[in-house]
Formats: sequence, C-alpha cells, structure tokens
Amino acid sequence: MTNEELTNTITSWFPDVEFIEEGSQYLTLLVTKDKLMDVISKLKEDPSTHFDYMFCLTCVDWPEHFQMVYHLKSSDLDHMLVLKVNLEDKEKPEVETVCKLYATAELHEREVYDLFGVVFLNHPDLRRLLLTDDWEGYPLRKDYVDEINIVTL
Amino acid sequence: MEETIISPDGTQEYFINMGPQHPSTHGVLRLVLTLDGEIIEKVEPHLGYIHRSIEKMCEKDNYRQIIHLTDRMDYLSAHMNNHAVSLAIENALEVEIPDRAKYIRVIMDELTRISSHTLWWGVMGMDLGAITSFLYGFRDHEYITEIFEETCGARLTMNYNVPGGVMFDIHPNFVKHVKDFIADFKTKLPEYDTLLSGNVIFLERTKGIGILTKEDAISFGVTGPAGRASGFSNDVRKKEPYGIYDQLDFKEILYTDGDTYSRYKARIDEMWESIKIIEQLIDNIPEGDFQAKTRKVIKLPKGEFYQKVETARGELGVYIVSDGKMNPYRMKFRSPGFSNLSALDRMARGGKIADLVAIMSTLDLVVPDIDR
Repeated sequence: MTNEELTNTITSWFPDVEFIEEGSQYLTLLVTKDKLMDVISKLKEDPSTHFDYMFCLTCVDWPEHFQMVYHLKSSDLDHMLVLKVNLEDKEKPEVETVCKLYATAELHEREVYDLFGVVFLNHPDLRRLLLTDDWEGYPLRKDYVDEINIVTL
Repeated sequence: MEETIISPDGTQEYFINMGPQHPSTHGVLRLVLTLDGEIIEKVEPHLGYIHRSIEKMCEKDNYRQIIHLTDRMDYLSAHMNNHAVSLAIENALEVEIPDRAKYIRVIMDELTRISSHTLWWGVMGMDLGAITSFLYGFRDHEYITEIFEETCGARLTMNYNVPGGVMFDIHPNFVKHVKDFIADFKTKLPEYDTLLSGNVIFLERTKGIGILTKEDAISFGVTGPAGRASGFSNDVRKKEPYGIYDQLDFKEILYTDGDTYSRYKARIDEMWESIKIIEQLIDNIPEGDFQAKTRKVIKLPKGEFYQKVETARGELGVYIVSDGKMNPYRMKFRSPGFSNLSALDRMARGGKIADLVAIMSTLDLVVPDIDR
C-alpha cells in the first residue's frame, strides 16, 4: 500500500490517531499509551496491512517526555510505518510490552530498559542487558552524569 | 537460581556457562545453557562484556567523528557500516555524490562481504573440527585486506567513506589487484565446496540442525544470509536499493529449509554473487571526482533519518534524530547481530550441546556488533 492508502485505512480503523507530517521519510503515527496494543495488533494481524517485521525498536529522551519509536515493515507487502508513543511521566515511564507480537522486541525492550529505564509491563524477563545488575542510573538519559567514564569537553 | 526439576527417570537439569572466554563465541559472549544431559533446554545470552556505549558517544561527537566509531561495531563489515552512516548524512543534507564514489563504495562493500564470508567459512570449519578450512579461509581473507591496505591504509578499520564520497582516490594498482584477486578467487571458491560442502561428516552435523522457520525469522528480525536461508526475503540491496545496486545484475539468495546447512549454502552462494557484482563494475569505474564538496562542519536539518544497508550479517539500520545541531540528538544502530542472536534460543532448543557451536557459527555473530 502507498502511504496515502495506509493513512486512509488506519484512519478508518482508528479515527483519533494522529499522523506526524514532517521530519521523517516514513509515514509516522503517534498513538497514546493505552491505544498502543490495539493499534499495533490490528496493524500486524490484518492481512491488508500485515506489519509482521519490526526492524527497529528504540527510545528517545526528549525534555518533556520519553518517546518510544517502533519501526514496522511488512515482509510480503513491503510497506513501512513508524509508530510513536509518548511517555509523559518522566519519573516513572511505563508502557506495555510488544514482545508477544514481535519476538525481537524481547531483547530490544531489555536494552531500552537498561539504558533509558523505561519499564515494560508484562515483559517476561525484564532485567539489565548490557550493564551490570548493580549499575546505578540509565546512561542514555540526557540528565545522566558519570564523571569517571564520560569525558566532557 | 531456578528450582531444580527432577524428571521421572531421576535425572536433573543443570546449568553451564559457555563463555565469556570460549573459542566458538569469537569474542566475549556468555551463554548460560540449561541442559538435560546433553540436550539443550534453554539458551540465555548475557551481553555487555564489550559494551562501549557507542550510541552515547555519538551524542557528543560531530557527524564526521561518528563514522570512525562505526568501524568498531561489526569490524568485519567496516566499509558497510561507514557506508550506512555516510548515506544517512548525505540523504539528510540532500547531497548528490559523484558516480565514481558510488562505484568505489559498492566495490569496497562487496570485497568486504567476500572477506567477511571467507573468514566466516574458515572459522566455521574450525568450529566443527576442520583446521584446514581455517587456513584456506584466512589465505583469501588476507588477499583482500592487502587490497584494502593499499588504498585505505588500514586493514581492518578502514574508515574510508566520508560524507560526500570516499576519503581519497583508489590506488593506481587497485583495479589490477582486484581483477587478480577475482581471477584467483574463482579457482579457490570451488575448493571450499570440495573441502566442506560435500563432506559427509560436515553434512551430518549441519543438515536438519538448528531449524528456524520463516515465521520465526521474521518475528525475531533475523536478517542477512541467516534470514534468507529460512526464506525471509529481505536483501536491502534488492528491497530498498542504495548506491548503484539497482543498476546491477545479481540474485538474492533464498533457501527454504532454514537449517544450519542452508545458512552455510546461502553464504557460499552470496560470495559468487559478490564476484558477479565486482566484475560488472571493476572495468567501468567512471572518471571524475571521488568526493562531493561538503561543509567542514556538518549540521543536519531537524528531523529523523533512517538508513538501511546490507552488511555481511544482515540489515544494519542507522537511526539519526537531529535537532539541527552539529551532533545528533539521538543515534541508534540497529545491528543485525543483536536480532540474529535473539533467535539462537529458538534454534538450539531440543538440540545437542555440540550442535550449538554449529548453529552459532552459521549465525556469524560478531560480538562488538551486538554490544555496541
């Protein structure tokens, strides 16, 4: 499907989702935290969209919120889509896990938990991945300071 | 520790550490295996032994410096990693790069793919107990590193791509040496088949072992030769062509069995395709500039940019979030090894511990790529 057809299809399913027009080469969709599972399962299961391949899952630390970014692709229809979820609560960022839909998310979410401190609800095995278990803080957050390991110029 | 489960026949499962120092992990990867006798019940990777936080370092560096770091992720695909970041920057700046640079980049990429696969082939044989293949693989790998050294000055971390093209023009002997190599390698590659591909012991150890279905390959995001061996058609060079791949004649290698042998065959076939690509280009490198003019200090416009490149291991994604400054606000590398590793548990479950070594070999893991 072209981006236009995708936009129409998705709007007909979920009238209240927001499309971000600028700043990305992909069609970008902003959904709320509680709508995420509905939207993403529909996008994956429906044969007309069939987004079965998640090629990237990551997080961005913006001043006002954390933003989860899911890059989706369909392995047979070849269209792509970016799904974004803003996590407004910076003290306690939480979002539902998508690893029941995409197996690759299990390790990717552990990485995001490790480096950003985003908690994935109902994740089967949420532990630190790259850092040691007793590490303090979340290094990819913008307010992270480590005077020993990070040399600032 | 989980509680010990004693099965009806009185045996009990136990845990064993494979790595971080283990000859078949080729780097510092630690796997905790849950075993019942020699049957694998669970494989749990423990990562981070070589984590350098490259993504955090990128946030402090400017775009020219970032390219240097990417050599150190998947060091056997250094050219492709550089290529990915350069392309992302060029697309963001909307710079058109000269044809000569495009040709050189693709030739270098394919040479890198061959050198990575020859090394993988040698090491895979050694993992299964055949020392000869290691020596043969390294022999051909060395040939290519010498070609790289002549033009780039380095053998492993070449750092040859820059935004706008390549750092310097190719060495006067480059074309001749690449042609010599191709002529030589065409006689060497059939040796690979006679040594391993038809060997009965090798077939016993690879056929029907470590099967990954197509659905699992997609769900786990297993890309590259490993994914294509399961029938997941995801060659970035075909699906979302970059450089001049859309003008070239080559096949996407697809197998459907998804076992260790298919993954092995996929890489062998890929080397033949790479030879084909280089032969199409090497006599036709256009004259002209090797680098487009770019500003000394690169500032990307606000927004986000994603670039995919097919490395020797699969799909590398470079995700840049820019807020208009001279360094990225956020930089994410979607490394192929990371996703490929996540499927290891699915492939190894129910198999023998000795097969795990063969399965890991055909995933072709490079640990710095996984940890970043």
